[in-house]
Amino acid sequence: MAKVVVVTSGKGGVGKTTSTAALGAALAQNGEKVVVVDFDVGLRNLDLVMGSERRVVFDMINVIQGDAKLQQALIRDKRLDNLSLLPASQTRDKDALTGEGVARVVAELREKFDWVLCDSPAGIERGATLAMHHADIAIVVTNPEVSSVRDSDRIIGLLDSKTAKAERGERIEKHLLLTRYDAARAARGDMLKVGDVLDILSIPLLGIIPESQEVLRASNIGSPVTLSAPTSPPGRAYAEAVRRLRGEALEVIVPAERVGLVSRLFGRKVA
Amino acid sequence: MSSIFQLFRRRPTASVARERLQILLAHERASVGQEGLVVTLREEILAVIAKHLTLDRDKVQVKLGREGETSILEIEVEMPATPLPRMALRA
Repeated sequence: MAKVVVVTSGKGGVGKTTSTAALGAALAQNGEKVVVVDFDVGLRNLDLVMGSERRVVFDMINVIQGDAKLQQALIRDKRLDNLSLLPASQTRDKDALTGEGVARVVAELREKFDWVLCDSPAGIERGATLAMHHADIAIVVTNPEVSSVRDSDRIIGLLDSKTAKAERGERIEKHLLLTRYDAARAARGDMLKVGDVLDILSIPLLGIIPESQEVLRASNIGSPVTLSAPTSPPGRAYAEAVRRLRGEALEVIVPAERVGLVSRLFGRKVA
Repeated sequence: MSSIFQLFRRRPTASVARERLQILLAHERASVGQEGLVVTLREEILAVIAKHLTLDRDKVQVKLGREGETSILEIEVEMPATPLPRMALRA
């Protein structure tokens, strides 16, 4: 049975789109049939991060309004043929997304794919609540930084009250994906540690994505980091997160947060 | 004289972030939850009263407040001068 996953955060710029692309590609590398869906109407970017921006013809709004069939709007990835993208509209405004229309599209995607990954827009408005509404699983993307943690807490509250699962009295499965983590800064006490964020948000940890230049390099060339740099630290971290998402009991290794002798002597100076 | 000392004595900021978040979120979670609680309480109280009496919806006020350490739930029901039981009304 298909699983619908929302990648959400509340705050913008924490890595929702990057993570949707990387997780989607890694799931597809595991042989799953995957579609990544951009819900950010008016500010779409998943197409760009996936490297499919020049192949967009129709989008989700066209499908909702009956101007195109779902099959016409789906863009099949050139690297992995079991990975597809459903782009958002760049020209329409977000009111064109209707609850009923989204329900219809998600139901149809559930029939065609094993995994439906919904890339949520930032904020807690309509676009974000529509993106999460049909989800079975939520991935809450959080940076180890106060405003991101606060917004994630708010989003967790919405996941527990505004989703279809919550309305049916069921619990939505929630996972924390900690991105842009810098173990050295955490060791120096200048960044929230993994344990701090977990204590505050109290949802299970799906993975820790280290801060890395590979992530920007991947988006520069329009390739999910799990495809362009699968052996890089972020590439591996996303691949491991996907194994956990698929149900494997794989322990999360927290990057060393202890201060070594050298950094104890010089760490603060180079900060 | 300050620069070198401050460099080495600088207080780690992550623990400040952690404390600020814990205090802030404790407040925010409580207040977000209470909005829903007041609405639910009001609806359920109205439903109970409606079983026995006919009453104007605006005559029931439910408020949640706080005074120092104590949270106060205030329920105010304004009754008509001669409350008519429902049965009597139907008859």
